[in-house]
Amino acid sequence: MTGLASYFWERRAEIAGLTGEHALLALVATALAAGIGIPAGVALTRRPALARVVLGAASIAQTVPSLALLGLLIPLPVLGGIGKSTAIIALVVYALLPILRNTYAGIRSVDPAVLEAADGLGFSPGERRRLVELPLALPVILAGVRVATVATIGLATVAAAIGAGGLGVLIYRGIATVDNRLILAGAVPAALLAVGADALLGWMERRWSA
Amino acid sequence: MSVPAVEFRDVSKSYAPGRSVLAGFSLRVEAGETVALLGPSGCGKTTALKLVNRLLDPESGEVLVFGRDVRSEDAIALRRQTGWVIQESGLFPHWTVRQNVETVPRLLGWDARRRRERAAELLTMVGLPEAEWGDRRPRQLSGGQRQRVGVARALAADPPLLLMDEPFGALDPIARRALQREFLGWKKGLGKAVLLVTHDVREALLLSDRVAVIEGGRVRQVGTPEEIRRRPADGFVRAFLGEDAS
Repeated sequence: MTGLASYFWERRAEIAGLTGEHALLALVATALAAGIGIPAGVALTRRPALARVVLGAASIAQTVPSLALLGLLIPLPVLGGIGKSTAIIALVVYALLPILRNTYAGIRSVDPAVLEAADGLGFSPGERRRLVELPLALPVILAGVRVATVATIGLATVAAAIGAGGLGVLIYRGIATVDNRLILAGAVPAALLAVGADALLGWMERRWSA
Repeated sequence: MSVPAVEFRDVSKSYAPGRSVLAGFSLRVEAGETVALLGPSGCGKTTALKLVNRLLDPESGEVLVFGRDVRSEDAIALRRQTGWVIQESGLFPHWTVRQNVETVPRLLGWDARRRRERAAELLTMVGLPEAEWGDRRPRQLSGGQRQRVGVARALAADPPLLLMDEPFGALDPIARRALQREFLGWKKGLGKAVLLVTHDVREALLLSDRVAVIEGGRVRQVGTPEEIRRRPADGFVRAFLGEDAS
């Protein structure tokens, strides 16, 4: 065990650099997914028929194996290629479903009596959404973002396969050289990153619960 | 005769073709008067109430509020000028008691100080002084207290007309009686027109100046509680009162 610790310590600069890169990759992808998924989820609550189709399509996208999706994206013009942007697109695809689904479910779960009160008191549709529906759905939306973040941090290790960097670099190198210490040098920080993000978002979720 | 607070003129409404909820519904509520819409569930009384603040629109006929056809009014502005109290209060669970009471003044853009003064005044009136209750959340209140906050919220912008949909219906009998008695006190002090929907005969007879007995989407009888009790217009009214009035 001390052997492993000193092995990590010797490579601390590289591990730290890749951890930062990994965190940034996951953060950008989750932020983009939230930026798309939350407004889209809100919009879908106005069209339940469309919601079924969109949520179904997002579920199917999530069943595509991640390595296969990365491979499929490489030959595409504009979106594809080797590197970070392709990896981010793939990560966004996977992060989108939990965010979209929770936003939709969160808004739909707001007590109808509260909505009736808001309408009767004279909220405009925009005020109702901003002041009542979104705040009340926030814990459920945040739970979706939390699931997406943790999944994205794990999934981002695969992104190294197409040259996007991150902790996957160490894992792939460890696999290639049959060196378990190198695999752990990638896997342990990735796991810690996921646990940390989960705790932080869990705290936010509790704090903002009505 | 002054302009009535609310007037229904031969109003019809149906939710699906051939399934009419209101048919030839006519009624006047004078300014400062409390009128109860009394009837069994499904009789159309809540529908009638929602026509007044345009949560629903009629198919035919007219609904006038202080002499103006509601369909010529902006629905949002109309609702902000009309008090609205519903069963289970519908308080906003993520807001404090004070924020709930300040709702309509905030929508109307009152400044913070004026909002707060108004909320304090109303919370005192409903027996929940702001210093003690203002910062609590609705879930920390009893059902009766929530309903008091609901009344305060409805009155915040001082609307001349108050619409109440089964306001005390979800309360236990003791809390209901207490709130009904207090309502009579508030009503006297405020001088507002009130349209109150209830299926509780005792409540209708106790709280209102006049009662409109509704059945099958029509007004079967309108009169003071005394008149309704003494001279029910038909068998339906007699039977409906008899079941519950004791």
